[in-house]
Amino acid sequence: MNSYFSSTLFRKTLAALSGLFLVIFLIGHLIGNLQLILLSGEAAQKQFNEYALFMTTNPAVKILSIVTYTSIILHILLTIILVLQSKQARPIGYAVEGGGENSAWASRNMALLGSLLLVFIILHMKSFWYEMHWGAIGNDPSGNKDLYTVTVVAFQNIWYTAFYVFSMIILGFHLSHGIGSGFQTIGLKTRKYLEPIEKTAILFSILIPSAFASIPIILYLQSL
Amino acid sequence: MLESKIPQGPLADKWTHYKSKVPLVSPANKRRLDIIVIGTGLAGASAASSLAEMGYNVKTFCFQDSPRRAHSIAAQGGINAAKNYQNDGDSVYRLFYDTIKGGDYRSRESNVHRLAEVSSSIIDQCVAQGVPFAREYGGTLDNRSFGGVQVSRTFYARGQTGQQLLLGAYSALSRQIAKGGVKMYNRHEMLDIVKIDGKARGVIVRDLMTGKYERHFGHAVVLATGGYGNVFYLSTNAMASNVTAIWKAHKKGAMFGNPCFTQIHPTCIPVSGDYQSKLTLMSESLRNDGRIWVPKKKGDDRQPRDIPEDERDYYLERRYPAFGNLVPRDVASRAAKERCDEGFGVGPTKLAVYLDFKDAIKRLGQDVVSARYGNLFEMYEKITGDNPYSTPMRIYPAVHYTMGGLWVDYNLMTTVPGLYAIGECNFSDHGANRLGASALMQGLADGYFVLPYTIGEYLSNDIRTPAISTDHEAFEKAEKESKNRNDRLLNNNGSRSVESFHRDLGHIMWDNCGMARNIAGLTKAIGEIQSLKKEFWDKVRVPGRDNVLNPELEKAGRVADFIELGELMVRDALDRSESCGGHFREESQTDEGEAKRDDENFTFASAWDYQGEGTDPVRNKEKLEFEAVQLTQRSYK
Amino acid sequence: MADLNLTLKIWRQDGPTEPGGFKTYDISDLNTHMSFLEMLDVLNENLVNSGDEPVAFDHDCREGICGMCSMVINGRPHGPLEGTTTCQLHMRHFNDGDTVTIEPWRAKPFPVLKDLIVDRTPFDRIIQAGGFVSVNTGSAPDGNAIPIGKDISDDAFDAAACIGCGACVAACKNASANLFTAAKISQLALLPQGQTERVERVIGMVKQMDEEGFGHCTNTGACEAECPKEISVDYIRKMNWEFHSANVKG
Ligand SMILES: Cc1cc2nc3c(=O)[nH]c(=O)nc-3n(C[C@H](O)[C@H](O)[C@H](O)COP(=O)(O)OP(=O)(O)OC[C@H]3O[C@@H](n4cnc5c(N)ncnc54)[C@H](O)[C@@H]3O)c2cc1C
Ligand code: HEM
Ligand code: FES
Repeated sequence: MNSYFSSTLFRKTLAALSGLFLVIFLIGHLIGNLQLILLSGEAAQKQFNEYALFMTTNPAVKILSIVTYTSIILHILLTIILVLQSKQARPIGYAVEGGGENSAWASRNMALLGSLLLVFIILHMKSFWYEMHWGAIGNDPSGNKDLYTVTVVAFQNIWYTAFYVFSMIILGFHLSHGIGSGFQTIGLKTRKYLEPIEKTAILFSILIPSAFASIPIILYLQSL
Repeated sequence: MLESKIPQGPLADKWTHYKSKVPLVSPANKRRLDIIVIGTGLAGASAASSLAEMGYNVKTFCFQDSPRRAHSIAAQGGINAAKNYQNDGDSVYRLFYDTIKGGDYRSRESNVHRLAEVSSSIIDQCVAQGVPFAREYGGTLDNRSFGGVQVSRTFYARGQTGQQLLLGAYSALSRQIAKGGVKMYNRHEMLDIVKIDGKARGVIVRDLMTGKYERHFGHAVVLATGGYGNVFYLSTNAMASNVTAIWKAHKKGAMFGNPCFTQIHPTCIPVSGDYQSKLTLMSESLRNDGRIWVPKKKGDDRQPRDIPEDERDYYLERRYPAFGNLVPRDVASRAAKERCDEGFGVGPTKLAVYLDFKDAIKRLGQDVVSARYGNLFEMYEKITGDNPYSTPMRIYPAVHYTMGGLWVDYNLMTTVPGLYAIGECNFSDHGANRLGASALMQGLADGYFVLPYTIGEYLSNDIRTPAISTDHEAFEKAEKESKNRNDRLLNNNGSRSVESFHRDLGHIMWDNCGMARNIAGLTKAIGEIQSLKKEFWDKVRVPGRDNVLNPELEKAGRVADFIELGELMVRDALDRSESCGGHFREESQTDEGEAKRDDENFTFASAWDYQGEGTDPVRNKEKLEFEAVQLTQRSYK
Repeated sequence: MADLNLTLKIWRQDGPTEPGGFKTYDISDLNTHMSFLEMLDVLNENLVNSGDEPVAFDHDCREGICGMCSMVINGRPHGPLEGTTTCQLHMRHFNDGDTVTIEPWRAKPFPVLKDLIVDRTPFDRIIQAGGFVSVNTGSAPDGNAIPIGKDISDDAFDAAACIGCGACVAACKNASANLFTAAKISQLALLPQGQTERVERVIGMVKQMDEEGFGHCTNTGACEAECPKEISVDYIRKMNWEFHSANVKG
């Protein structure tokens, strides 16, 4: 059993499961975020802040958020361990790299993409999650913490908006390999479902980040 | 002097009787007996694993980086067995009879019958190991037919039968290695056998990575080192296939059986230039649907598709209406050579004939043809750049298999007690010509089902022999000889590459001892080879050192042995003035140009005895007795 | 038969512990019908004739089946052609004046022994860890006793086609041996003969694979793309299943 948990296959599968869970999390997160732009003005503010309150207090959501944090930590930890371990498997590299001919760029650069995502996640959490929990944040007319305004203000900054959009592109690449790869790892990408899974994965990896990115873009444009 | 040790009794019962009478070695004693197996091809891997399963201590050697790479891996077509799964009237007797007849009545009845008897168990064994043989939709094993026979008894695994069988044997071997029953030495080359008191007691090997010479003791030594077709330089054999192991054994007293019996395979991709390093076989199965032809007009330079039907000579169908394109290999090869010699050859070198699938594609459709031969067509296109679906393949005969090898008795023991030879390296069950898909059968028969029994006869008398120290002077001496020879090669300071000598030897052999042989050519060849040998030792240049991996040094040793073997082959060919099987003496042919056997004078296997450097070898005869079959001139008309 | 002139950059290394480096050689008047290894033969004969040591490389069958030949040509294991071993690559796929860089397989478990030759015995040890069916000689039932559907037997064959050359490891950015290991595990897991030892096999082989120091699988697919036998990464997916269910079953 011991060798099971330390095996690369076990670790990889856990990384895949956590990664796939994060994909599901992203979808939920996206639905919430869309409320920033689906309504406008006060209605949006009210709706969004109520949602934010719900997300920080509801016990079911609490449990889900613990799973999410665990997934993020597991995913990061395991992928870092795997990547470092595998780096050792090729101490001397090739003078001519031919990877471009046999595999997708994103698949070869998951660690780079993931690290950029990590930077994004930290900053992102700092701006919103931290503010929501511990920041000096004002209340909205209904007396809820006004995360809406924090967000709208944040995206009045072109640099912050650009960084967010850039990160979503990174996310897109990470997912373009990640989703299909995850299904392969956990064994669901059988020959029969190969095509549908790959197509859906690519679709998702375009849709999710674009939808996320559309929000700051719209908020920024609205602020002009 | 030559004792073939054929058991008494009726042919069909000999093996059964033998097995029930052969002395056994008790399990406790087996543990104390060491066996050395050289080679991990079908024969070696199957023998080593079976012997280890039985409880012997086995040490196994191969010169490749893994036992899985032995040349058996390259066999394409299939393996025969008298299963009669197709219900087409096959039987042990028929397989026996076809093999004897195919071999042109120059093999030992009792061995061939035993081979046919055990053939069926081989398939069972391989299936149990997980060898993915081709199957019918109903889930049963599929068969195909092969040249020279009229039943479908060939089991196959796509075009990679040898690979799958070898991987099966390799897996059995791997299991024993893991269990500690076999100690495997990769990248080790055997350079000599060690004889003590007349018996084989060990080997000298060189670790190819470090150049270290090693001594290994064994109560018995088994050679499973494959064929020596590379004496012709160009052949379908793997680049490193060589004769060294059995040649050294020969020089230590093991007689060499029928050295001149060589099989030239009719369907190979023709030579395209001087740089050519090897020839590629196109499976014989292609002849099931492909038609062989040349233009009727000499030197016809038109594109094949521009040559109308009535200007094509389907010479095999013309000459052999009964078997047509499916005549045995030797007959098909000679017919191709005859056409090319007469000036009807095609392609840039004029040394090729067409193998055409136009009619098959018309009859069966491109899909069926591609399902049957797709991978072969691809391989052909990779090598030649031509697409066989639209233009006929060009093929020419090439050296493929050596029926000759160390002479062995019924127990597969050579004339050196305790030294065995199995697989292609013995003089085998194929007489003067081997039928397709029978080499794999023989290799596995020897290794799985024959040697593990017969070796008991010798070892049961050897249980009291303690392991002999490798400090024994015989080991010392043999090691020194091997080392001296390599030192001499390295310090020769000559000017010619080993490769160039090998190429020269190949030309001499192919021109004089190839598909057609005659007294003048053979006599001349002996002189040429002798002077080549002298020049080799005067002029060869071997770069590098002895204490590191040095492929040039390995090659030099092998070529030196090939040169000596070449001379023996030519002597044997000269001595056998009849034509039989793959051995065609121009002096002995019918008016129609077919091979003519001389049963009165040549119903024997030759067994050459080495007499030392500079002295002519002596030819002994094993008289071949036929009880079950009648000797007839083979006819495929 | 146009003539071809090339510049070759070849990794030269005297022994496992010696330092290595690239050497450049010009080679001219090659025939385009030559195979890549025949081109190296010509180079080597030139080197020997000028008193130099020839380039050491593994090769044997030269028919694409033994799995000996193994070199990375311009960044691609076995060169630019798909489904092709180095020995089956022909010079007609190169252009006059090309520079061709030739390197050995690069992986920690495959140390360079000399020039382009690496040590691939880890593969043997992975097979020894369970890549077999334990059936002693003579104990087998009739070959037709267990019918096996053609589709299953074909699938098992596709996995069994592996020649053990190591191109998968060489191609993988992680030097992972997943494809090699998965091919054998899948072949035997598909066939009825392999059922009895299914659990120990996959556990043993995966353990050995990890212990040899190969990397993990990122599913880049480079292995399948470079495999001369075009073995599918689907077997890696199968191996994962096999592995987890074996461990869960215990
Ligand atoms: C291209 C091709 C296709 C063929 N197709 C078929 C076919 O379809 N059907 C069929 O029945 N037959 C076929 N044959 C013939 C058949 O493959 C061989 O006859 C058979 O595989 C030989 O097996 P073996 O075990 O005797 O030797 P090999 O497989 O040649 O093995 C020899 C072993 O000996 C070792 N060795 C040799 N010398 C030394 C030494 N000095 N020191 C240490 N180790 C040594 C090698 O490393 C190797 O492991 C084919 C042959 C060729 C060339
Ligand atoms: C929202 C965030 C993320 C999501 C949805 C996500 C999703 C995924 C998925 C599904 C996979 C595929 C797993 C597999 O191949 O089986 C994956 C792989 C990977 N992820 Fe993430 N990931 C995220 C964040 C991160 C972060 C922050 C890192 C930072 C270290 C990271 C690093 C990696 C790496 C290195 C791989 C490849 C692992 C390998 O080599 O096999 N990911 N990710
Ligand atoms: S030399 Fe055998 S596969 Fe290339």
